[in-house]
Parts: sequence; structure tokens; C-alpha cells
Amino acid sequence: MPASQTVSPAGVEEIIARHLHREGPLLPILHDLQDHFGCIPAEARPAIAAALNITQAEVHGVISFYHDFREEPAGRHVLKICRSEACQSMGGTALGEAVLTLLGLGWGETSADGRITVEPVYCLGLCACAPAAMVNGKLKGRAEAKALVAEVSA
Amino acid sequence: MKLYLSRDAAAKALGSEEVAEAILSEAAARGIEVSLTRTGSRGMTWLEPLLEVERDGVRHGYGPMTPETVPALFDGTLDGLGPVEAIPFFARQNRLTFARVGLIDPLSLAEYEAHGGLSGLRRALGMRAEHIIDEVKESGLRGRGGAGFPTGIKWDTVRLAPVERKYIVCNADEGDSGTFADRMLIEGDPLSLIEGMVIAGLGTGATQGYVYIRSEYPDAIAVMQEAIDIARANGVLGDVMGSGRRFDMEVRVGAGAYVCGEETSLLNSLEGKRGVVRAKPPLPALEGFLGRPTVVNNVLSLATIPVIFEKGAAHYAGLGLGRSKGTMPIQIAGNVARGGLFETAFGMPLGELVKDVAGGTATGRPVKAVQVGGPLGAYFAPGQFDTPFGYEEFDGAGGLIGHAGIVVFDDSADMLGLARFAMEFCAVESCGKCTPCRIGAVRGVETLDRVAKGDASAVPLLVDLCETMKDGSLCALGGFTPYPVLSALRLFPEEFAAQQEAAE
Ligand SMILES: Cc1cc2nc3c(=O)[nH]c(=O)nc-3n(C[C@H](O)[C@H](O)[C@H](O)COP(=O)(O)O)c2cc1C
Ligand code: FES
Repeated sequence: MPASQTVSPAGVEEIIARHLHREGPLLPILHDLQDHFGCIPAEARPAIAAALNITQAEVHGVISFYHDFREEPAGRHVLKICRSEACQSMGGTALGEAVLTLLGLGWGETSADGRITVEPVYCLGLCACAPAAMVNGKLKGRAEAKALVAEVSA
Repeated sequence: MKLYLSRDAAAKALGSEEVAEAILSEAAARGIEVSLTRTGSRGMTWLEPLLEVERDGVRHGYGPMTPETVPALFDGTLDGLGPVEAIPFFARQNRLTFARVGLIDPLSLAEYEAHGGLSGLRRALGMRAEHIIDEVKESGLRGRGGAGFPTGIKWDTVRLAPVERKYIVCNADEGDSGTFADRMLIEGDPLSLIEGMVIAGLGTGATQGYVYIRSEYPDAIAVMQEAIDIARANGVLGDVMGSGRRFDMEVRVGAGAYVCGEETSLLNSLEGKRGVVRAKPPLPALEGFLGRPTVVNNVLSLATIPVIFEKGAAHYAGLGLGRSKGTMPIQIAGNVARGGLFETAFGMPLGELVKDVAGGTATGRPVKAVQVGGPLGAYFAPGQFDTPFGYEEFDGAGGLIGHAGIVVFDDSADMLGLARFAMEFCAVESCGKCTPCRIGAVRGVETLDRVAKGDASAVPLLVDLCETMKDGSLCALGGFTPYPVLSALRLFPEEFAAQQEAAE
């Protein structure tokens, strides 16, 4: 996961400026901000709105539409488990439940110590080696609950 | 020693990076010189990580490899699979779109050209725009993203639009469960997608392209970006092959919204808006990205263009069944003994794919149902296995081929649970613009929960609700979610009633 950097207005401005030449720059800006800060910092919204000549409400509307964008940083480890049909056919539902039980978390929750966030994902394109998961950006085919939990318990 | 190992995401997910490391360190320890080429995947996912060793010009397979089997490989005691291209799953395919995937280094322009790459583009550069369109029309190519719309006709609409700036947008949002062909193509042969997009530009007069890739595909995003840089540095993009014609392109990354695979939602997302669906008309071909004429095509549609120009439209159109011309990269997934990518001419019966090609279930239990075409596709039962793989044939059987993903379930599948999941997925992913989808899906989940609790009167309600969603939704998300739900109900009515007895 990207190390969350402290938010500085200059940092935000610089990221925005990198994408202004693009046609439709908002998603690239949001991705870049999130890669950099671990979330879309609230402080960034007025700057984005001003740079793109849209309202802050519109910026918020876009951020909230997409599952990927976070308003708060995720845990240090992010575990995504596929819930879609091909994974279900290979025990994906049981995998998800086992992981949530082992971690004592619900879908989308972050542990109180900020160590781990578990999220559902709807297909990782690993449907021929299901069930699938992603641990801190690394893909796992034929995933097993204990091994996944071990990886995020460090 | 000349070795090849896939760097496809599925191979990585099964440990190819650890195998690569073990090979290099074992070779170093033994003082053996090896060249290890990283390729895309041959599509035999059950054999990944699949290592290939070249002997007398023939590539022999070993897999699935683990770091522990590497010493035996060097000792010459590891059992192999024989020549990779003779493995029956591979040998019975007809690979056109995927001809180079798994064979070459995806980022080597020289290998790309040595295997037929750029010959289609060279031919297209010598043709007038209308002849390029005619070639695509004659090939019979239909959109591989799901709707099956004739690609040549779409291109012609854009060509004829009297606007200067036009776009080619490649839809690589591939959100359907059970599909991964777009991902494999981009990771294994990204230059063919670039070549296809350039030809689309020449045919329509578009000069700028975008590839919209879902964020769940980090490997594909990285490979695509590198491939574009290589193509630009070598004059494939920019001033196209020194012809004076211009075309350039850029990768854009989605943000985890299934509905953004729908073309108008995708265009809104590209523009930096919420990915809500637009009402049609206007067609994107006339008013698409930023209101300008835009071709939106699936990865496979565009990546098939080069081979059509290389071998000629007649060659492509000569394959297939009825109005389903050419080949389809079929993705076999879920509970199967041999899962992966199988490209073949349209027409193979579903049962042959499931039983002979895929070898039945991974668990060894009987096949209960097969979902074809992703989360919006119908379930099929073994009684329908004679349905030939084709657009009209599947439509006639009450289903759709969609993006050609086949997900197999064994007899432990809970069809009521799967129907509920279809509604839940639609509720989670609805863009919210139309009521039948946004509200209907939520009601669908509630109604199925009533059925599960034994309320028989909820079944006709569910059927009614599905009709409303079919007729009243703005796009196929709400409009097609009833397919899996109603097919599960039709094929396995006892599972929607048995609950009731249990509750009584
Ligand atoms: C909810 C929904 C999701 C879709 N997802 C995709 C997708 O991921 N990839 C794709 O190519 N087409 C997808 N489509 C179909 C597109 O709207 C469109 O028909 C297609 O991109 C056109 O390209 P083609 O003619 O080459 O198939 C989706 C449609 C709907 C309704
Ligand atoms: S359905 Fe889980 S990876 Fe595709």
C-alpha cells in the first residue's frame, strides 16, 4: 500500500496540475491523489473544484460514486476477496466468511488498530483459478482463508 | 537453455514469480546459462505456472511448477507435458485473436512483427477509409463486449459523422464474473490492441484513442502503458508508420464500478463524471466522448482487427456459424477440471465445452448448472448442452453469450442463493439513474428472502418484478439481471419451493 503522506496544499496542487492537460482529468487526479495520500483528502476538494471549474458538490458526487475512492485511509494491509459467481462456485462464499470470522471484521471494515481493511471485490479476472483474493495488491488464486489471514497478520 | 514462463496475472496469482526466482537462482548455482522469456499465458490456467523449455525449436511444457520442482527440472527428472501446442486443450483451438498470446514477449515489437504483427496495419494504410470499413463489414465481426453489434456498421457511423475530432475508446472494463479474455489479451499481446485501434482510427478518421481499464487489473494497466510507450517510440503511434496520418492513445483507469462497462456510463466516467448511464439516442457513435463521434469497442473486437486485415475478411468470415462469424475466445471458469481460455470458431455445443474441453467439474461432482455471459447471463442446465455457441443460438435458448464467459457449478450450487446474489449485485452496482434497476433490485433481494423463508406467494411477485426490470430499465444492468434469476427459477423450481416445505 502507498505510504500515506501528510497532506500539503502544495502537494495537492502539484498533483492536480499534472493532469490538467488531459481530456477529462478528474479520475486521473483522484487516482493520483489516492495513490499519494492513501485517500482523497477533504482538503483537496476545493482545489480540485477550482482547477476544473466545477462545484465541490460535483467533486464529492464523483468521489462517492466509485467504490475505489476513499475519504479515509484504509488499514495498513488491504485484503480484497472476490464475491462473484465463479469464485462462489469454488467455495468463495465460505472463504469470505472464514476470513471475516478469523479477523472479527465485516465487509468494508478496518480493524480498530488500523492494521487491516477487508473489502469485497467483484471479480479479479482470476475466475479459472478461483476463489481469488488480493493482498496488498498481490493476487492470489485458489486462495485459502488461513494463508490470507497469516499474510495480513504481520 | 531457452525457457518461457508466463507473467500473466493468473500465473502470478498461482506463484509464477516464485518459480521464476527459483529457476534463476538454481541456474546460477549450477552455472547453467538460461534465457527466461516472460510471456503472456497460453490460457491453460490449470497448468499455471506453466514453464516451457525449447528443444530443437519445439516448446515443451512443465506444470504446474513450484519452486520445489525446479531442481528436478534441471536434473532432467521432472515429468513434462510434452510439446505445449500438442496438449489437446490447446491443439483443438483455432487461435486468431489470441495467436500470439503466450507465444511471444508481449513487449517486444520485433517478436510481434515476426509473428504477423503490423502486416494488417500496413495493408490498411494503403486503403481508403471506406474500404477499411468494408473489410470489417465483410469479416462479419460483431462486438465482443456482449451486445454483438456489427463492428463495421458502428465504425461507418463514426466515419460519416461530419465532425473533425473523433475518438476510439476501448472498453477494457471487463467486470463480468467468469471473464478474463480482455485481461489476458492486454497482458499477453497489447500491441495487437494498439494496432487494432490505429486501424479503427484510419477507418473512421479518429485521431485519439483511450483504453479504459478497470482498476482491478493492475498488471494489465502496467503492460498496456508500457506497450503504448513502445509503440510511440517506434512510430506505430504518433505519425503512424511515417504515413503522415496521426493516431495516439492513452490508458485510463476505472474506479471499481461495474456499470462503467456500459458504454455511455464509461464515457461519462472518462469525462470525469459519475458513471451514470446516458439515455440513447444519441448514439455514442454520433455524440460520444465530450459530445464527439466515438467508437466504443470491446478489447477483443479491436484486437481481432489486425488479423482480419492480415488474413483477409473472407478468411475470418469463413469460420463460425450462421451470423456468428469467426472465432470467439471463450473463457471457461469456476468449478472445472481444466479452466482457461479456449478460442474456437463459433458453433461448438455448450456441453462439448463443459465436458470434453473443460473435463467437467474440479470437484469431480456432477455439473448442475452453467452460467454463460457473466452476472447478467442466464443459467443453463445439462439438458441444454446441445446449444451451439453462437449469438442467435443462445438467444433462442433464453440466454446470451455476452463476453463468452462460462462459469460451471457442481451439484452443491444453491440456485436460490445465486438468484439472490444476482439481485444483490445489481443493487450494489446500479448507477441509480432508473427506478426499475435501482429499486427493483433491492425489492428483488427482499422478495427472494421471502421465498427462502417459505412464502410461496412471493414467487409470482418475483416474476412480475423481473418483467418490470426487463421492460423498464435504461440499460442491460437492470434489464438483464432477470436472466439469471428467471432461468434459475425455471430450471430449478423445486429450490424455490423446497424452502417452503422445510419451513412448514
Ligand atoms: C452493465 C453493463 C456492463 C457492461 N460491461 C462491459 C464491459 O465490461 N466490457 C465491454 O466491452 N462491454 C461491456 N458492456 C457492453 C457495452 O455497453 C458496449 O456494448 C460494448 O462496449 C460495445 O463494444 P463492442 O461492440 O465491441 O462489443 C456492458 C454493458 C452493460 C449494460
Ligand atoms: S469471479 Fe472471482 S475472480 Fe472472477
